[in-house]
Amino acid sequence: MEILTWTYLLVGVSFAIYIGIAIWTRAGSTKEFYVAGGGVSPLANGMATAADWMSAASFISMAGLISFAGYDGSVYLMGWTGGYVLLALLLAPYLRKFGKFTVPDFVGDRYYSKTAKIVAVICALFISFTYVAGQMRGVGIVFSRYLEVPIEWGVVIGMCIVFFYAVLGGMKGITYTQVAQYCVLIFAYMVPAIFISMQLTGNPIPQLGLGGELEEGTYLLDKLDGVLADLGFAEYTSGRKSMTDIFMITLALMVGTAGLPHVIVRFFTVPRVKDARLSAGYALAFIAILYTTAPAVAAFGIYNAINSTSEKRMDELPTWIATWQKTDLIQVEDKNGDGKVQYLPDPETNELNIDRDIMVLASPEIAKLPNWVVGLVAAGAMAAALSTAAGLLLVISTSVSRDLVKTYNPGISEKKELRIARIAAAGAVILAGYFGVNPPGFVAQVVAFAFGLAAASFFPVIIMGIFSSRINKEGAIAGMLTGLVFTLGYIIYFKFISPELNTSEHWWFGISPEGIGSLGMILNFLICILVSSLTPPPPQDVQEMIEEIRIPRGAGKPTH
Amino acid sequence: MPSQPKINTKRYWRKNLQTLLILLFFWFLVSFGFGILWVEELNQIRLGGFKLGFWFAQQGSIYAFVVLIFIYVYRMNRLDKEFDVNEE
Repeated sequence: MEILTWTYLLVGVSFAIYIGIAIWTRAGSTKEFYVAGGGVSPLANGMATAADWMSAASFISMAGLISFAGYDGSVYLMGWTGGYVLLALLLAPYLRKFGKFTVPDFVGDRYYSKTAKIVAVICALFISFTYVAGQMRGVGIVFSRYLEVPIEWGVVIGMCIVFFYAVLGGMKGITYTQVAQYCVLIFAYMVPAIFISMQLTGNPIPQLGLGGELEEGTYLLDKLDGVLADLGFAEYTSGRKSMTDIFMITLALMVGTAGLPHVIVRFFTVPRVKDARLSAGYALAFIAILYTTAPAVAAFGIYNAINSTSEKRMDELPTWIATWQKTDLIQVEDKNGDGKVQYLPDPETNELNIDRDIMVLASPEIAKLPNWVVGLVAAGAMAAALSTAAGLLLVISTSVSRDLVKTYNPGISEKKELRIARIAAAGAVILAGYFGVNPPGFVAQVVAFAFGLAAASFFPVIIMGIFSSRINKEGAIAGMLTGLVFTLGYIIYFKFISPELNTSEHWWFGISPEGIGSLGMILNFLICILVSSLTPPPPQDVQEMIEEIRIPRGAGKPTH
Repeated sequence: MPSQPKINTKRYWRKNLQTLLILLFFWFLVSFGFGILWVEELNQIRLGGFKLGFWFAQQGSIYAFVVLIFIYVYRMNRLDKEFDVNEE
């Protein structure tokens, strides 16, 4: 069968499964809509969390980023996994014991203040919206590349699917759909990786293949270091960024991961505190399968790409180059007219431009795998984008219906609240779809900073809300605002106001805008502690609540 | 004088914090330590086809994170029982 037929078939079947699951598990109450009734098993929740977490960017772009960044790409690998240790140890069990539905719920109760809650809602909405627009864009790109429909139609189809199961199923529908999506995406990621690892190193396990020997007897990584150095690039296994910057970016990504509302809310769906701890472990184990494979895919990809093009004659290039040239993701131009391709660091003389997304999307073709594998990768990329989009839409709808409407209208009936949640989800889908079709220039850039903002705003106040009984509402509000404003200000200054100054000599302490969330977080902690020590301690009932969330016993089902 | 359960809870919390500190020390060591701060030094050592520092940054730290969470789960479940604060 043709590639296009396979793609339609596999993407179509996977969509039918998601919709089937959504109908079968649709939510009837607000509790089911917000936290799936609190009855999800730790294993299923771990899998759903993994799918929720791994976005279009993890699936499509991460390996390619590492291909071109080499050692520097480690920031994403460590950053996006290490945050789960913080989540499991410092947040998940206590927030589960707290037993309500959202992060702003916790902030509002712990800091006995509507203002604190509203600040938290604004942070949650801001983070989720920037992130979800990127997902819809990812859906559109996959549709347009594989199914050959215009990108706008791709986004609209994606919107309809997400709309259907997020609005109908709520958290319950999303959770079980995400379990299916995890299976699809991990299978789609591993199959090409295993084949390529066997072809290059003879080892079927990509994680080991990365450290394996090529046919000629040299180690893959040594060979890659040598090839890149000969061409004038930095060695693959050594870094170009400063150590300070690597450190700060990794920290911002880790802490940001732990502070993302759509990840935290997943731990409200399990029955007990011990299940929350365990499901964080499962989630990371499932994520680690993809995250330890990605660096292998990255190294295989860049090695294959250079090996099959550099100093090769223009008319003898492999066929995948021509296929992907049509999409502009690869550009080859014989600038010096010698009839051969030169891949060089200097943009003036370099004749080969490879988009980072190629490393995953074209990997089945580079490895000459059968057509169904290409269709599978398309279905996997869709699963990654849709599962993350759905999780984020739920956070947005919950923030509106529960954290905003219910805070001001405590007497609202459950039926009405559920209806508002669904309308909010629908509104969010349409808005996200609009940004997916007409991406304002800043969306793509801002997505990368959502982590820094989550790190600088949420993380410190949640941690201290649990581990300190002295931190009060004045401290929390001042801390959140300082972290948010500082981080946002630094990013806006270097990215939008004076992008020409965005170089290491102008950065504070050599920290790039990507890593500044770490400094924002530290400021948040300091301001929070300072302001709290100058103002009266929290009231007695809050002190008791803190004592209460620290011990597991008595965590019933989530309450209203 | 604080009642018995209150003292128990305090001791449980102290043990919990101890566990957290030990585990977070290793969390820091494998990622920020081996993968970033001492990566150059460790790269002098080889692990098959890998330089050790590079391996920690792109593989080893992730495995260690998974193991750390499962140690935490095991240890906390025992602590919960020991201090009689476990759930059914």
